[in-house]
Amino acid sequence: MTATALAPPVGTRSPRAPGLVRRLCDVLSLTGRNLVHIAREPLQLSDVTVQPVLFTLLFVYVFGAGVVLPGGQTYADFAIAGLLALNLTTSSMGTAVGLSTDLNSGVIDRFRTLPMWRPAVLVSRSVADLLTASLCALIVGVTGLCIGWRPSGGAASIAAGFAIFLLFAYAISWGCACLGMVSKGPESAQGIGLVILFPLAIVSNALVPTQRMPPPLRAVADWNPVSAVTSAARTLWHDPNPSSTIHAWPMQHPVEASLLWCAFLLVVFAPLATVLYRRRTSE
Amino acid sequence: MIRAEGLQKRFGQTVALAGVDLDVPRGAILGVLGPNGAGKTTAVRILTTLSKPDAGTASVAGHDVVREPQAVQRSIGVTAQDATVDGLLTGRQNLVMVGRLSGLRRADARARAGELLAQFDLSDAADRVLNGYSGGMRRRLDLAAGLVTRPPVLFLDEPTTGLDPTSRVRMWDVIRGLVTDGVTLLLTTQYLDEADELADRIVVIDHGRVIAEGTSAELKTATGGARLEVTLSAPTPDAAVALQPFVSGPVHVSHDGRRLRAPVRTVSGLATTVVRALDAAGISVDDVEVHQPSLDDVFFSLTGHPSVPDDEVEPDDHPVRLDVEAVPS
Repeated sequence: MTATALAPPVGTRSPRAPGLVRRLCDVLSLTGRNLVHIAREPLQLSDVTVQPVLFTLLFVYVFGAGVVLPGGQTYADFAIAGLLALNLTTSSMGTAVGLSTDLNSGVIDRFRTLPMWRPAVLVSRSVADLLTASLCALIVGVTGLCIGWRPSGGAASIAAGFAIFLLFAYAISWGCACLGMVSKGPESAQGIGLVILFPLAIVSNALVPTQRMPPPLRAVADWNPVSAVTSAARTLWHDPNPSSTIHAWPMQHPVEASLLWCAFLLVVFAPLATVLYRRRTSE
Repeated sequence: MIRAEGLQKRFGQTVALAGVDLDVPRGAILGVLGPNGAGKTTAVRILTTLSKPDAGTASVAGHDVVREPQAVQRSIGVTAQDATVDGLLTGRQNLVMVGRLSGLRRADARARAGELLAQFDLSDAADRVLNGYSGGMRRRLDLAAGLVTRPPVLFLDEPTTGLDPTSRVRMWDVIRGLVTDGVTLLLTTQYLDEADELADRIVVIDHGRVIAEGTSAELKTATGGARLEVTLSAPTPDAAVALQPFVSGPVHVSHDGRRLRAPVRTVSGLATTVVRALDAAGISVDDVEVHQPSLDDVFFSLTGHPSVPDDEVEPDDHPVRLDVEAVPS
């Protein structure tokens, strides 16, 4: 093997393109990379494919048997929105794990020596995770339809419900990105993520009505963003929504509360993630 | 092309760099030589914008590494010590991704990836996932990733550490091929023979300081001259006397009286002269050798310790037998 002589830098390189186009290209290239990773290790996807089906079936048939809803509606109608919330919340841990894996590998050094838009690493991760969240939402929705869930309220309303869920998943994935940056490795990111996200998803109206929870827990549940998002979807889909009788502001205005929560999470965590990334990758 | 002045860097209590100056003119190959922990990688990380110096300044291709990192990044190719390619992507996907992130158009990135894969003998493995590559293949791909944009300045941090001898020699060929065309190269290594093979000039770093600098020949000369070894057919006491005119120090005779050793100043035709003189004295010679000092000798005489501490390196990783035995006098 003889290495052919290097020609001097030639015009194959586009002149430094004005910001936005170049940034989008960087994000797309890295999103492609993240998707290849998923294709290479499909088991990584089990938390948005197998787990949603399993959770949906287990909760509806096991818990559903014991939960009595006011007005005699079925637990499946009630639970699908909650199961979407549960699955999307817990699977956002993937962002933390993926980023942490990258940060602990040499490939991040390669990215850092390239003249690319630095936040592209974060943005592409969030975009890839939004795509997997969409897959997760689709799977829960289809599973729900199979076991008798029938949303109503029109196509626009149904789409709006899913959109709120995906926006929420996107927003918390930035929080998880921060977690990935502060944790030492993928294992600890997963461990800490579970401790934060699981209670967040459970102490809510997602799986059971909050009315009979002890008062302090109930207060937390009624102001939990997961409850707001779940309530919003139930309202939009005309699913049973016991929370609608609760006086807490987010339960009375679930759509507005959801959007405010998402905006709040993004405004706090996206800049924080950028700062943490800069700090983590500078010496 | 690469210039550093007074670079300092500490990590907590550990001083990684204690004031390092480097200057590599356009088209030159500088070998930065030093044992593990000498500060080589830290220096490379600063020059490649991965790390910021605590003090001192550095510029690459005319751009300050701290103030204009992106301008520097557009001029450099880097092959770091740890694999910086993505193990879950194929070889081709890795190179295309690096090309795209460097600002190449998709078609250009693809074409360049194909070229590099062929150049580095990786065409057959191009579409295999990297985790199935051998160590040598991975290193070659890493090097290729640093060349995607045909950068005028290249940094190779220990490009052959951990490779088997065959892969090592092959890597040397690749590196030699790169520098034929005016590319400026900074190469770090703990292997003295590697610096000797590849570099025009060598900077020896130890404990974060430059302790010597020069061409390989200059460094060797600075350490002391060559050494003459003569093996006689039979022990001959007169031989030491016959050698006296040619040597620059005392002649050491081995126990069996057949092997003689002495420091010499290298002059052209030395071996011939020695054989003739011994022949004229009626002394029959089996073997004459003039040993140039190895860079190991250089390192030992500069630092007082061997280049690679024995306890840090597995014997298999040891391509150079340390030859630090001093000439007995």
